[in-house]
Formats: sequence, C-alpha cells, structure tokens
Amino acid sequence: MTQELPAPIVNADSQEFWAAARNDRLLIRKCRACGKTHFMPRHLCPACWSADLEWVQSSGRGTVHSFTIIRRASVPEFAARVPYVVALIDLEEGPRMMANILGEDALKTEIGDPVEVCFEARAEGARIPQFVRKVK
Amino acid sequence: MPTTGVETLRNRVAIVGVGESDIGKVPHMTGLGLNAQAAKRALDEAGLKVSDIDGLLTAYSFTEPYFMLGTVLCEYLGLQPRFNASMVVGGASPAVMLKHAAEAIATGQCNTVLVCAGENRATGQTRDQAVAALAAVGHPYFERPYGASIPGCYAMIARRHMNRFGTTPEQLATVAVTTRAHAGLHPNAHMRKPITLADVQSSKPIADPLRMLDCCIISDAGGAFIVTSAERAKDLRLKPAYLAGIGEFHTHEHILCAPSLSEFGGRESGQAAYRMAGLGPSDVDVAELYDCFTIVPIIELEELGFCSPGEGGPFYEKGAASMGGKLPVNTHGGMLSHAHAGAAGGLFGIVEAVRQLRGGLGPRQVEGAEVALVHNEGSIMSSHCTAILTSQPR
Repeated sequence: MTQELPAPIVNADSQEFWAAARNDRLLIRKCRACGKTHFMPRHLCPACWSADLEWVQSSGRGTVHSFTIIRRASVPEFAARVPYVVALIDLEEGPRMMANILGEDALKTEIGDPVEVCFEARAEGARIPQFVRKVK
Repeated sequence: MPTTGVETLRNRVAIVGVGESDIGKVPHMTGLGLNAQAAKRALDEAGLKVSDIDGLLTAYSFTEPYFMLGTVLCEYLGLQPRFNASMVVGGASPAVMLKHAAEAIATGQCNTVLVCAGENRATGQTRDQAVAALAAVGHPYFERPYGASIPGCYAMIARRHMNRFGTTPEQLATVAVTTRAHAGLHPNAHMRKPITLADVQSSKPIADPLRMLDCCIISDAGGAFIVTSAERAKDLRLKPAYLAGIGEFHTHEHILCAPSLSEFGGRESGQAAYRMAGLGPSDVDVAELYDCFTIVPIIELEELGFCSPGEGGPFYEKGAASMGGKLPVNTHGGMLSHAHAGAAGGLFGIVEAVRQLRGGLGPRQVEGAEVALVHNEGSIMSSHCTAILTSQPR
C-alpha cells in the first residue's frame, strides 16, 4: 500500500482552490476585466493587474505538455511511489498546471496525450487534483 | 561611447583577479572559509591589498543559511565596505553580481568590489539534506505536492526539446562526456576521470530522460573575482578582462509558470549583452555556459545565437563545443565536472573566462581567445544573465 502523502499547504490565495478540491472540483482564476484565466491563484490578474477576479470550474480536460518519470524521489515521502510521472498539463481553458499522471498506464504517458482530472486523497482529509490518461 | 542605459558600462570596469578555493570534498573547511580562501587567492593574484576592497557582493548558502550573508561575510573577512549586498537570483547570481558591481563602480559608489560565493555542499550536509534542500526550490503549494524534483523539471524541458527538435539521449550524453574531457585538463576540477557515452547512458536513471551523469555534481567549493575600474586595472599585476557587455532577463520562477519550455530568457539577456558590447555570436572565441544538466548548454547555445534552435545537440555531437572545436564550451569542466556548490557553480564560468582571456592555460587554452561569453541561469531556466568579457577594451 502506498503511504498517504502530506496534505497541501493552504494559504489565503489558495484557500478556495483547496476547499473545492476536497469536493472533487478543479477551480481556476479568471479575470473579469480582461477575461484571461491563470493558474497558481493570485491576488490580482498577472496579465492586466485587475483585482476583479472570479473562480471558474475547469472542465478537467487537458493535454500533456511535457512529463518526466521520476526514478529517484527528491523527498522521502515520495520514495515509495517511484517510478511516478510528473507532468505539466495544459487545461482546456488555457492555464498550465503541474500534476502526477495516475493509473495503470501512467508510465506510457506521451507528450500530447489527452488527460482528465481525478482527485487523490492526501493526509488530513485533503484531496488534490491529479490526472489520468484518456488515450483510446 | 553610448550615453544611456546599461551600455554606459561598456569597458568601464575589468576583472583583475580570480580565485578558486580547494574543490571537491573539503570537510575541514566551512562555506565561509571556502569563500575566504577563494577571495584571498583572487586578491593576491591581483596584487591588491585588503584595504583596497570597498565593496562586497555575495549570493546565498543552503548549508550555512545566514540571514544577511553579505554582511556576515564582510564580518568574517574583517571588511567594512561602503557597498554590500546578498543577491539571490539562483544560479544567475554571479553574472548579476558582476553587473551590480560594475554599476556601483561606474557610479562612484566604490572602487573595488569583491564578488564571491561558495558552500560546503558535499560535506556540510548529508546527501538527503542536499537533495531535500533543492526540492524546496519547487513551488511550495503547486509543485511540491506532486513530488517534482529539480532534475524532474529539467527533464520535462529536455523531453519537450527532444519532442520538438529530435534531440537524442546520445546528444545529452555527449555534453557530459565533452565537459568531463575538459575537466581532465583542469588541475583543480572535482571530477577529472574520463567518461564515455556508455558510462552516461548506463548511469542511474534519475528523471527520464536524465541520468546521474546528466546532472551536475555536488562539491565543496568557493569562487571569487575582483572588479575594479578599467582605469585602475591598467597598472595591476595581471592582464585585466574588460566587461564589454552584460544583460539580464527574468521570465518566471517556477516551471509551471514558464511562458515556454523551449524558449527562455537567455535570448533577451544575450541580445542585451551583444548590443552593449557591439559584438555578435561569431565574435565569441570561448563560452562558459551554465550546465546544471546536460540539456541546459544545448538550449543556451541556441538562445545565444551560436546555432539555430534544435541544433544545440548536433553542435556538441560534431565536436564544435570541444576543445579545438568551433566554439569550445565550458573549458574548465563546468558544473557537470569542475564544481557545483550553489552560486559558486556559475561563478567558476566567470573565473574560467578571465583565465582564458589572459592566456597561458596550456592544454586547455583556447588559442588566441579575445572574446569570452559567460551565461548564468537560475532556478528552472528562470533568471538569466549573459556577460561578455574581452582581453582588450573594444
């Protein structure tokens, strides 16, 4: 059995993001002024500096921009998980985020693979967005 | 002479002394001690006195994480300077410090700046501590929960480069082999034993496609250089290396926010440096490029205009980056083989560039080197600084 990994750290910028993740919803920030979406929630829009932002729910669909298979974990918590896939996912709505690719076929990941969000349990009841391949 | 912007710095300052500490496993010395040893060696070869130093710049230390490291180092060295700072732009810090030193001297804030960096990364912490400290470079909220490592981030850049341009694992391995061969010509390099393509490709897998020998080493090391006005440099002991051009550019910190995985800020920092120097890639005789992983100098060759996008791998493969090639790269052995100890890693590129311009390095001398380019980058191809040094004011 894989040991439960630590919960993500929540702060004022990301509180709603992680709260939604506990309900299996992936939220991203959208600027009401310029309409751009961004990942890594911020106090203001990094494109136009408007602070008039809203949270929108992502479709959870995306593609793999790039990935690696970690063979040697950099922190002890992840040692039991190797080999595992770390990927940069381009969400359908535009922003890019990092996640693991989970699932039995994860090690077959290729650039351009369509992926879909899923949620993984972490310590303290936290859940974090992850992705699975949707390759036919 | 240009009268505006950073270009007013052209030919205003020179590096007049460089120093390396003992390198490798140096368990009997602290990080501050390594800085001090390198600084003394740089000062001695310049023929300057301690009292001539009225400015100090340093970077950061993972193993001895003092708050106000610059001031701590001044205290350790018995200096009371008029100008001092600790600059943290990761691996880009040394070239950025050179730029700030030049600005301070050109604006009359001080006359002579000691720039140094170093850490006892090999023996001052356990291997697990070292790896964990570097893992802390990942975004604390949106990268670390996924177990991304620094090699993992560079591996994603390598993977993208391979996918877009057809760069091969063999070409990555060639970078490691070439750089190790150069280190074999450097008496103070940490890793000097020659390696083969097969050695690299059978080394332990770390983060696909990167293997152990695609990654920089971990050393105890300190490096230093002394910057003063071009005027003052004229009558010092050794031939000065003049700062002809320098430029920086910063696009992101964490890879998840990188605007691109194949185009980075080195293009802009390089263009700024070339513009200031009035020189171009074809004028450069030797290049000391940041090489924390084998993919990095491949991309830097492309960004800095030494070859077209996608041609960095073939550039190494055909020997163009080797000693005797079209543009010898990392003639000291780089961070892959000479030394990597925090900001000291990139600083040794500056040390080596100065030595190449002075001449007389024996088998590792690039014949007739008059123009040297140094590129430093920090974090995940995030902060970039390019410096062009010349043997004569141009």
